[in-house]
Amino acid sequence: MSVQASPTLFMASASAAVAALSDVITFKRVARLGEDALRRPTGSEMWARAVHLCLRAAARGRRGFTSKADPQGSGRVTGELIQHLERLSLVDFGSQEAVARLEKAIAFADRLRAVNTDGVEPMESVLEDRCLYLRSDNVVEGNCAEELLQNSHRVVEEYFVAPPGNISWSKLDEKQPFPHH
Amino acid sequence: MVKDGCAHVKPAAATDLSVFLLVTWSLWWQTGHEDHVGPDPPRIIFSAGKALHRGALGWKAEWLLSIIRLLRLSPTLDGLEVSVALKQGQVTPTELCQRCLSLIKKTKFLNAYITVSEEVALKQAEEAEKRYKKGHSLGDLDGIPIAVKDNFSTSGIETTCASNMLKGYVPPYNATVVQKLLDQGALLMGKTNLDEFAMGSGSTDGIFGPVKNPWSYSKQYREKRKQNSHSENEDSNWLITGGSSGGSAAAVSAFTCFAALGSDTGGSTRNPAAHCGVVGLKPSYGLVSRHGLIPLVNSMDVPGILTRCVDDAATVLGILAGHDPKDSTTIQDPVKPFTLPSLTDVSKLCIGIPKEYLTPELSSEVHSLWSKAANLFESEGAKVIEVSLPHTSYSIVCYHVLCTSEVASNMARFDGLEYGHRCDSSVSTEAMYAATRREGFNDVVRGRILSGNFFLLKENYENYFVKAQKVRRLIANDFVNVFNSGVDVLLTPTTLSEAVPYTEFIKEDNRTRSAQDDIFTQAVNMAGLPAVSVPMALSTQGLPIGLQFIGRAFCDQQLLTVAKWFEKQVQFPVIQLQELMDDCSSVFENEKLASVSLK
Repeated sequence: MSVQASPTLFMASASAAVAALSDVITFKRVARLGEDALRRPTGSEMWARAVHLCLRAAARGRRGFTSKADPQGSGRVTGELIQHLERLSLVDFGSQEAVARLEKAIAFADRLRAVNTDGVEPMESVLEDRCLYLRSDNVVEGNCAEELLQNSHRVVEEYFVAPPGNISWSKLDEKQPFPHH
Repeated sequence: MVKDGCAHVKPAAATDLSVFLLVTWSLWWQTGHEDHVGPDPPRIIFSAGKALHRGALGWKAEWLLSIIRLLRLSPTLDGLEVSVALKQGQVTPTELCQRCLSLIKKTKFLNAYITVSEEVALKQAEEAEKRYKKGHSLGDLDGIPIAVKDNFSTSGIETTCASNMLKGYVPPYNATVVQKLLDQGALLMGKTNLDEFAMGSGSTDGIFGPVKNPWSYSKQYREKRKQNSHSENEDSNWLITGGSSGGSAAAVSAFTCFAALGSDTGGSTRNPAAHCGVVGLKPSYGLVSRHGLIPLVNSMDVPGILTRCVDDAATVLGILAGHDPKDSTTIQDPVKPFTLPSLTDVSKLCIGIPKEYLTPELSSEVHSLWSKAANLFESEGAKVIEVSLPHTSYSIVCYHVLCTSEVASNMARFDGLEYGHRCDSSVSTEAMYAATRREGFNDVVRGRILSGNFFLLKENYENYFVKAQKVRRLIANDFVNVFNSGVDVLLTPTTLSEAVPYTEFIKEDNRTRSAQDDIFTQAVNMAGLPAVSVPMALSTQGLPIGLQFIGRAFCDQQLLTVAKWFEKQVQFPVIQLQELMDDCSSVFENEKLASVSLK
């Protein structure tokens, strides 16, 4: 899953975003955030962060999105796994049912263990016996930047505008800076 | 219904009187035998006339044509007949276009279309008309109305994939298959409804609502229901079309267009074709370009073709097939358009019946029709043998793992930056992505992305994803072994049963339903083989049941030849929607009430 934000790309877009009047984030704030990411954290900052993480973990546990709450669960889908998957996919489960569905999907997929695949090569494409030809690297079309930019919601000159990319995602951070109990 | 008659019938060596008697007898026969299932004398006569004088039109046939128009003898036309009608000036492209557009309006309650491109279609019709007047028609598809599933990119026309993520997205280019159809002069009626991102087997999970099966409103089905004396409101118990190309199947089935494009990843073209009583073709993987088809599973997706008869499917395939420099997974071998020969002798054919496809969940009606079809081939001299595809029971599991894994990767492109929905948050890129994707995708899509990412985790990659790839090879090899043993074509059911009511269908979730309904169709996608679903007969409830033919890789022509022979033998009845078309107002009212009460 390659949704990982590329720092350089989005730093460039971030600076372009800064120029846009409608964008909320000010230059100073961006610069400070940027500095924060680059500079190593001090001792007190690390302590605060650890506390923050603990509180976050506690709040997450309270949310009950783990399979322990689910009587039918095989226990494979742990809270940690849920977080991990959500982080990788950048979509959330949304409900206990979604977790239950994942459990069923895994149980379903486990049936494959019964098949003996010793000595069998994985098949990536049914056309593996043929050569796939790529076309020659000549420019035959293009110059349609305007058309392409029309589909985006936020554009500045010829840039797609993105929020700053060097902030690690956390659901709780987005909704509230510190978890409520 | 298009009421224009056949344009080319010319009974051989007929005098005026004998033609008149023929026509009168046909009319008498049809009025007395509306429920008849099976070979239909008037159609046989018309087909014979067609075979004798394809394209040639004399003054006698013109006279016959006007009689037919008066008596409304030939309620349906296939694409080729209409094409000839257009060439001979019996009907103009604009007239045809307007008829189809008015039909689309009348059948709006089916919810088959997401976008109806009225202006575009009328403009194209005008141009086609100019071409016909000059005698420079582009080919068989010039001026023929078609519909396209809403996951194919169409320049200037909104392409949504029935998802919030792409609502309002207008592609700047045409998918290759769409471009090929437009280059042939086809009229684009609109974009049809589907399950969100083509994930599903019922066409019920899109944001524009579910698609209703036109057979729910057919005379054949309603009469059977009256016999069973159901007192409940008929309109609230409408049937699903199957999925995910349900909108395309419903559009073709309800006569709003002559051909429609669908996509087939695990049976998404053949499943609704079987439920809606139309022909659904899945070409060989690599034969038709996927450029512009919003991808689900790159190694299994194929554009599918839905038509009312096998000949039309062959015509469309001939136009769409071929190498595309923009899709490196299309094969380089040259492909020419072809006409299907009419098989008379099947004694050289070997039909395989995979025994593992006889599952306990298969309905007894489908089973008996399957046996009947096998017996039909045998009685006509073909060799019918039982074959084994030993890994069949694992194929749906393997499909599930590979599909969700590829989906997880393919859905990564939807981040809200370059196109599509974008949330309002601008705290950080990742937060924006997450919120956009939460708002844009429905539960089904999110569920598949999460499952897919689970199987792709480092600790699970070998045990699930690579394992599934190995099982895929075993499944593909099963088919290769069967075809190497002398079998030409496999004959299997397409679906477990006839179309079910929506209220019944939604009792289980999307994943469970897909696992159940794709059981006969997905193995074909994993092996990349061509397959076609041909409607065979009506069930005891008056609903269509289709059977599937599976061919060797890149032997689509042979597959369709067998399918055409079969179609001619079974003479599947035409859907009778006439009552509905003429008397729409009361039905519409009921429809509105019904749909409100369901919510």
